[in-house]
Amino acid sequence: MADKPRIKLPKEAKKGEIIQIKTLVSHLMESGQRKDAQGKPIPRKIINKFTCEFNGKPVFSCVLEPAISANPYIQFDARVDEEGTFKFAWTDDDGSVLTAEEKIALKA
Amino acid sequence: MSIRYGSLAVLASAALALSAVATFGQEAERKGIPAPPGHVFKTIISGYQFRTKETRALQDDDLENPGFLAVERAADVWKTVDGGEGKSCMSCHGEAEKTMKGVGAAMPKWSEKLNKPVNLEQQINICRTEHMKAQPWAFKSKELTDMTTFVRFQSRGMPVAVKTDGPMSPWFEKGKEIYYTRVGQLDLACASCHEKNNGKFMRADFLSQGQTNGFPTYRLRDQRLVPLHERFEGCMFDVRGVPYKPLSDEFLALELYVAWRGIGLPVETPSVRN
Repeated sequence: MADKPRIKLPKEAKKGEIIQIKTLVSHLMESGQRKDAQGKPIPRKIINKFTCEFNGKPVFSCVLEPAISANPYIQFDARVDEEGTFKFAWTDDDGSVLTAEEKIALKA
Repeated sequence: MSIRYGSLAVLASAALALSAVATFGQEAERKGIPAPPGHVFKTIISGYQFRTKETRALQDDDLENPGFLAVERAADVWKTVDGGEGKSCMSCHGEAEKTMKGVGAAMPKWSEKLNKPVNLEQQINICRTEHMKAQPWAFKSKELTDMTTFVRFQSRGMPVAVKTDGPMSPWFEKGKEIYYTRVGQLDLACASCHEKNNGKFMRADFLSQGQTNGFPTYRLRDQRLVPLHERFEGCMFDVRGVPYKPLSDEFLALELYVAWRGIGLPVETPSVRN
């Protein structure tokens, strides 16, 4: 999970505007159902949770399950009433959390 | 008035019939480029044109396209020092955006030193072992496929332009021979599917012309980038043959020949395919 997540959202928006946010993160999403060449099960290792907050308030969150393919792409909409910072967090099965931030300004 | 309505009805039913045909045979939508004189195809069509609109959309958006994860990873590796010489790719080549432009579109290329053609993967490893004194990357490794994708990405949109004359011509002929040779228990040659039957629906999929302009390609099936020689291996395995080894002379000759079959197509790396 060392790679930087890819995030796309507008740099600025009008007050009350609904914007689209796109995120893509690099992850193997090992389901736990597969076996290696020796026949031993490969342990599950997935991103199990994604959250997005805006100025500390939750905007969007979801639980991810093993059937989701590698490099999960998540897209959602959010309404922007004030300028501030979107905080994104992807939680791995091993407990590590990958985070990212994007600022957005209000159009004059 | 009644005559007018009658002819309108005929027109409407004709239009319906036409649209039914158009949705059934997707060929109508497949855009290609005219092939040069003496080429095997009249129109050269990228594999992109054979994919669903959802798969195309994934390739078209640089943020959604998962192949760009590899491009970004390799962009960092490009600047990272490795090996006994204390060099990175950047030490010799500078900014990849400038110096690597067009390089990937012209591979495989003749190497005077080795007296044979080399492809992009081989050239990267030659750089690593000779100039950086670093360990070569294994074929199919994430590192090698990432870097191959990154270098080829610098040629995105440029036409495939391999040289097939001069010392390359025996390799070209060898590749052609492999292309038309039936192999495996299913007794199929590359040409059986990709030349004679492209555009047809088979194994729940549309057969493409087998073009290489999008490689390494992000395959949704594998959920990762797949280099060209792995795809060659996969095809030979599917016809129940014994595949040649990746980076072998046979696959190198085939890579050259197949690149020529797609000459002029824009490089699409990193493309997205099934």
